[in-house]
Amino acid sequence: MATKVTMEALSPTMEEGRLVKWQKNEGDAIAKGDVLAEVETDKAVMELVARGAGVLRARLAAEGDTRPVGELLAVIAEKDENIDAILKKAPAVPASSASSVSSTVVPQPPASTPPSHPNGGGRARSSPLARRLASSRGLDLGTLQGTGPGGRIIRRDIDAAASTELSGAPTAAAARTAAPVVRAAGDSEDIPLTQIRKTIARRLAESNGPIPTFFLTADFDLTSVRELRAQMIAMGDEFKVSYNDILIKAIATALSQHPEVNAHWLGDSIRRHHRVHLGMAVAVEDGLITPIITDADTKRISEIARESRELAKRARERKLVPEEYTGATCTVSNLGMFGIDEFTAIINPPEVAIFAVGAVGDVPVVVDGTLAIRTRVRITMSCDHRAVDGATGARFMQTLRRLIENPLMLVF
Amino acid sequence: MARTRPPLPAPSDTSSPTKKPENSDDAALRLSLLREMLLMRRFEERAAEAYALGKIGGFCHLYIGQEAVGAGAISALRPDDYVITSYRDHGQALARGLSPRAIMSELFGRVDGVSKGKGGSMHLFDRNLNFLGGHGIVAGHIPLATGVAFAIKYRGGDQVCLCFFGEAAVNNGAFHEALNMAALWQLPVIYLVENNRYGMGTALERASSVNDIAERACSYDMPNEVVDGQDVIAVREATQRAIARARGENTPTLLEVRTYRFMGHSMSDAASGTYRSKEEVDEYMKRDPITLLRAQMEQRGEWSDEKMAAIDAEVRATVEDAWNFADESPEPSLDALTEDVYVDTTSDTGTSASAGER
Amino acid sequence: MAIVTYRDALNQALREEMQRDDRVFLMGEEVGIYQGAYKVSKGLLQEFGEMRVVDTPITELGFAGVGVGAAMVGLRPVIEFMTWNFALLALDQVVNSAAKMLYMSGGQFNIPIVFRGPNGAALQLSAQHSQAWESWLAHIPGLKVVAPGTPYDAKGLLKSAIRDDNPVMFLEGEMLYNVKGEVPESEYTIPLGKAQVKREGDHVTIISYGKMINVAQQAADLLAKDGIRAEVIDLLTLRPLDSETVAESVRKTNRAVVVEEGWEICGIGAQVVDYVQRDCFDDLDAPVLRVHQVDVPMPYAKNLERAAKPDAQKTVAAVRQVLYLE
Repeated sequence: MATKVTMEALSPTMEEGRLVKWQKNEGDAIAKGDVLAEVETDKAVMELVARGAGVLRARLAAEGDTRPVGELLAVIAEKDENIDAILKKAPAVPASSASSVSSTVVPQPPASTPPSHPNGGGRARSSPLARRLASSRGLDLGTLQGTGPGGRIIRRDIDAAASTELSGAPTAAAARTAAPVVRAAGDSEDIPLTQIRKTIARRLAESNGPIPTFFLTADFDLTSVRELRAQMIAMGDEFKVSYNDILIKAIATALSQHPEVNAHWLGDSIRRHHRVHLGMAVAVEDGLITPIITDADTKRISEIARESRELAKRARERKLVPEEYTGATCTVSNLGMFGIDEFTAIINPPEVAIFAVGAVGDVPVVVDGTLAIRTRVRITMSCDHRAVDGATGARFMQTLRRLIENPLMLVF
Repeated sequence: MARTRPPLPAPSDTSSPTKKPENSDDAALRLSLLREMLLMRRFEERAAEAYALGKIGGFCHLYIGQEAVGAGAISALRPDDYVITSYRDHGQALARGLSPRAIMSELFGRVDGVSKGKGGSMHLFDRNLNFLGGHGIVAGHIPLATGVAFAIKYRGGDQVCLCFFGEAAVNNGAFHEALNMAALWQLPVIYLVENNRYGMGTALERASSVNDIAERACSYDMPNEVVDGQDVIAVREATQRAIARARGENTPTLLEVRTYRFMGHSMSDAASGTYRSKEEVDEYMKRDPITLLRAQMEQRGEWSDEKMAAIDAEVRATVEDAWNFADESPEPSLDALTEDVYVDTTSDTGTSASAGER
Repeated sequence: MAIVTYRDALNQALREEMQRDDRVFLMGEEVGIYQGAYKVSKGLLQEFGEMRVVDTPITELGFAGVGVGAAMVGLRPVIEFMTWNFALLALDQVVNSAAKMLYMSGGQFNIPIVFRGPNGAALQLSAQHSQAWESWLAHIPGLKVVAPGTPYDAKGLLKSAIRDDNPVMFLEGEMLYNVKGEVPESEYTIPLGKAQVKREGDHVTIISYGKMINVAQQAADLLAKDGIRAEVIDLLTLRPLDSETVAESVRKTNRAVVVEEGWEICGIGAQVVDYVQRDCFDDLDAPVLRVHQVDVPMPYAKNLERAAKPDAQKTVAAVRQVLYLE
């Protein structure tokens, strides 16, 4: 009984996927559960797993091809089973590529390979030396093809990657790094869109287009927060928190008190959430992703600090699983570390608000008629007017101010 | 080249051996031998107790019943002669003059032990007293004795080396090789077989094709004697004869000293009931060496119960003191774990412990 | 500098040390009248007399023990095993007496003894006469183990071994006795415990010792023809092993091959690899490979024996593997 391998929706929002790397060759024995290929979704690189057993009879996509969800990618069947009927219905002939797809089992990656793309999901085999050199030269091992046994990345692969030209030597299994297809002599570069970039473009254009958005900006005094933070840090390493961690806690707490802001626009209704799952925008190599801190209002600041660190790290390593970046009730974005005083963030539909946090800094302010220096931060709230009115938003900012300027309120 | 010896680990209290009277006919000699054997007896009894209380671990081989052999033989030696023995070494160590405190500390595994707590019951050593151990491999030390005698001859000295071992060792290859070379090269060594009739649980008759051990010496054309090991004077006199041969003529001797151990092979072995019958043990205990010497002293009118009681009390007090001292001695520091694996000297740097004329 | 055979270099060392210190004596089978089974002790009986050059019966255990006993009371014996194969019988004295005496006695009795003899295979001596013992001996704390591969190293190391106040296992080689090399005419010693870079290179580190150092050098010569520059390290002392010299080299070359006599399991090379993976983990571009005897008792037939032993070709192949050249 043949098994059709199709492009699966490996993330809730995926509409198409890019086949990064086959893990099995035509003719390989397949057991149910084996990893067949690595597929890049709009968020991360996922494993495509066999749902049946047999022999991999046909591979219908080449490494690098993009296919819509539902399209046939391969066929698993018995060795002698007739699969013509299935193949007839298959879409376009596999794009020709340098990858040698043969029916003989080739355990090693072929000597000359097509440009390979970020390989964040799988673990690249590498010698300790190669790892060290890659790290010091800022090379992503995932972008390299190893020429050692079993695809091990070794020193010469790192050396080859450092040079921008393809080596002419015969054994140049010179590693190719991701992407740049040079067109002109150097005036410009066309960079093909990665899945993540396509998704960002599509979704946030949806946001700015149909959503009537207005913005509320306010300055917050961080004197008390600064004291609180200093006290926490003095308690030990496990209580080392950042301003952002404390602000996340404040925003989450305020959201728990304002369910009308902690809501989703569903088109024909507004869903108010009783739990606060706060998305945290994290810049990754070619875009951004928002891992979520669940129940952020109930978590201790030190827990938030720990989680946010961990999630940010995993996000940058492309190791997040879908549950970790879907299902936010609201989102916070912080560009303070880039020295941005204030900015307006774009709402992630179906959320109805987003918070943009600027840089924390000491500024001159007027206190009781005199000039004083205070630590302040500017936060801008973007609101979807379909769900949040001006006063609603303003009331939220009032609550937020009370919490931030009297952080003890976070405990009560 | 004269060399200074580096400071040796001195036991906190090194008692010097009581001066041994020369003449076997001497009442003082008999008294001193009696005291010696009593010290061994009371010490071993307490050691057994200590073992049962967990203060001594591992192996513990007691000398009870064989006291006359160690006391008699060692009493005939000069201080500059050498003694080397097997793992049943507590009695011989005491006879040689190692302090009860230092021996008990070694048994308890404490830093004031003769080997700093790192050898244990089977590895008592004292360089100052020329007591060369304390060895655990049956017959393994017999070639060492031959080597010591070789060194004596090499230097043109007149010391002798007295080597104790049990009768089971005589079937071992090392015994044969060592005695052959000693006879071949004419070396000043005395091989003293403590024949207590049992090699652990195996009776002599079940292990040896020839039961008269002294006869083995014929294979090497070596002088030999059979000695009643329960008679301390007989042991001493036989040893004296062997010493004269060694010292004066560079001729080795094999002494078969017939004795008996009243306890099991070691603390893990029952005194009787497995390979020895209680009747047999009781029979042999009638020839307790201390009792025998007492009889001799009584015969000569040298005995008195008060004197005996006084000596016994003094000896018990010494042993008690040794116990307390050992109990209060600290365990070795963890640094000692990795010390004394190598010395970092060479013959040029000249502070080797074994450099130097002896 | 004179050109001297390995055998004569040892003879010189023995003679010089016996002249220098009258506590040094030589004992073993055929060392005296026969002039030495391999003629290493030629002329010594004549010069030093019977008490200092002692012929023994065939009793390895016995005379090894005699040596230890003599060392306990201040002499400095050099005990010769006709070959180390026979020393198996004497291991009780080597291990239970010599190695452990200092420790068991709480530091009272050190044993300044040298046990020496030819180690490892020769030519068609078959299974019982071809064993390499270095890893058995190097396992034991309390012993030092030395394996010189050249006349220069043999003389300098034997002198140091005799002067060392600890038991030293000195592993020679029947196949080495005729090897010629430069030996200074003036007094010199080589310290124990220090490895030597015998040849510099930057592509790969080849680590070896004893008679295999010559195999390593041959391999390095072959590799040089292909433009591969191997750095060759002679361990010289196997216990204590100078892992730092090895590490320094591997950090430079990023790859290593060990060439050793002896079988695979728990061989000296296994220990070297352990040190390298510990000290140079982030500098390794390839696993460390070992070239050792095939895991069989040594066969008699000439072709089989050749196939069983390490050689330059096998070493070159291992080097090419760690360089990823097929």
